[in-house]
Amino acid sequence: MSTLIDGLSLGSIYALIALGYTMVYGIAKMLNFAHGDIIMVGTYAILTTMALCGFPAVAIVMAVIVCTILGIVVEKVAYKPLRGASPLAVLITAIGVSYLLQSIAQLIYGAKPQPVTLINFGHVTFGSTTLNISTLVTLGVAAVIMAGLTVFIKKTKTGRAMLAVSEDRGAAELMGIPVNKVITLTFGIGSALAAAASVFYLLQIPATSPTVGSLPGIKAFTAAVIGGIGSIPGAMIGGILLGVIEKVCMSIPALNPYTTAIEFSLLIVILLVKPTGLLGKKRREKV
Amino acid sequence: MALLTVEDLQVRYGLIQAIRGVSFEVNEGEVVALIGANGAGKTTIMHSICNLIPKAGGKVTFMDKDITNTPAHKLTYMGVAQVPEGRRIFQELTVAENLRLGAYTRKSKAEINASMEEMYERFPILKERSKQIAGTLSGGEQQMLATTRALMSRPKLLLMDEPSMGLSPLFVNIIFDMIKKVNEEGTTVLLVEQNAKKALSIANRAYVLEIGKMVKTGTGKELLEDDSIRKAYLGG
Ligand SMILES: Nc1ncnc2c1ncn2[C@@H]1O[C@H](COP(=O)(O)OP(=O)(O)O)[C@@H](O)[C@H]1O
Ligand SMILES: [Mg+2]
Repeated sequence: MSTLIDGLSLGSIYALIALGYTMVYGIAKMLNFAHGDIIMVGTYAILTTMALCGFPAVAIVMAVIVCTILGIVVEKVAYKPLRGASPLAVLITAIGVSYLLQSIAQLIYGAKPQPVTLINFGHVTFGSTTLNISTLVTLGVAAVIMAGLTVFIKKTKTGRAMLAVSEDRGAAELMGIPVNKVITLTFGIGSALAAAASVFYLLQIPATSPTVGSLPGIKAFTAAVIGGIGSIPGAMIGGILLGVIEKVCMSIPALNPYTTAIEFSLLIVILLVKPTGLLGKKRREKV
Repeated sequence: MALLTVEDLQVRYGLIQAIRGVSFEVNEGEVVALIGANGAGKTTIMHSICNLIPKAGGKVTFMDKDITNTPAHKLTYMGVAQVPEGRRIFQELTVAENLRLGAYTRKSKAEINASMEEMYERFPILKERSKQIAGTLSGGEQQMLATTRALMSRPKLLLMDEPSMGLSPLFVNIIFDMIKKVNEEGTTVLLVEQNAKKALSIANRAYVLEIGKMVKTGTGKELLEDDSIRKAYLGG
């Protein structure tokens, strides 16, 4: 029982990150390889704010602001000039941005992992199961964020414009939708979700380092591909699935050492059976 | 008065020059047809007018404003709408969502709802299918949706690229009736067609495009009776 809840909670962190990958892929048609490093920046924003003022709420807001602005700036400076360039050039640029962010963090904060205390929630006991409150908070808040995002995409004019751009950029332009602004907005939202993920990450593991975003980034990317890259519900399902599998494998002693291998095998199996991922669709490229 | 003027338009795909100095104009209130064989460059002209693809040279004017480099989404606000080749409706969204996106440039919710009702009244099939995913419509219904979606922006100038492509004769008639009606209600139309006979029969004037160059122009009637046009485009 507690394994399942731990898994759902971890899965919802993966899902939040996966949403950033999938939305950017769906709308800008690029793999933002540096997305995981936005989480790292979020953790250092929290570390710094906590050191300066000590209020967790302020630190969380700072993380969201810093990450959102960073996501938008990276898009404008690094990716926008490459619109229409070959996907390989864009991917290499994104890898470059990833290393750049890690190097800057290392210059400022050093390479050594540092502890970050955000909030200590303690735990609750129901009968025989003991649960960390932070796990429940993560699960609850992440669920609210994802529900909110779903409503925003489905019900607002801007959300529908995002869907239109992701399906057919040229046709969206013809409707009067400012495609470049929609892309900027998407990077902003994706980065804000990464900031939320950095908060939840620190609630589970209260430490950070310049490469802290890499593994969750790759896992979440895997989740996005499992769910079908470009699909928003796919990213949510893929993230949750991966989180649950990870925690279940870790709780079974015989499987524990192979957890990561099992996760990536799942990716390979799903791609073999359904190359577009669980909810992915084939895409047509248009002017 | 010329609503749209295209002067010496040039478009390149890499080293290939697809449009080699094309000039034409569309006057207010007209239906102007642009006919030409497959690959002549009709779609290239339509895309480059709206800057979906860049121009290599030339000048485009709309309502006396230079729109040579105005991005597509701003042109929609100015009153230019395009029904692109292949319809390009948003397949994964519902019929109603497609229509609402067509009204993206408009502010008043009440007016948008009124326009939607108007479209539904004219094309009851769209109302029946309003909650259906647009990708599930038949080709003719999709063309109908693409056209009404463009009309939702209340354009002054409607650019239509091969609306009859792949449609049954029944739907071709429906779409051409629609174009006539829209024009009678005051919208100027630039119509690109391979179905030259149909297009010339409703066009005030027409231009003939051959491998990136304008080779002939005249009234719809003149071109329908022109021998070389008959041979090349009207099946003898
Ligand atoms: N994206 C493209 N890249 C390279 N060449 C193209 C592209 N699109 C069209 N062309 C070429 O430009 C010419 C005109 O094409 P197009 O404008 O689609 O013609 P039409 O609409 O009259 O059938 C054709 O020779 C076509 O092969
Ligand atoms: Mg064409």
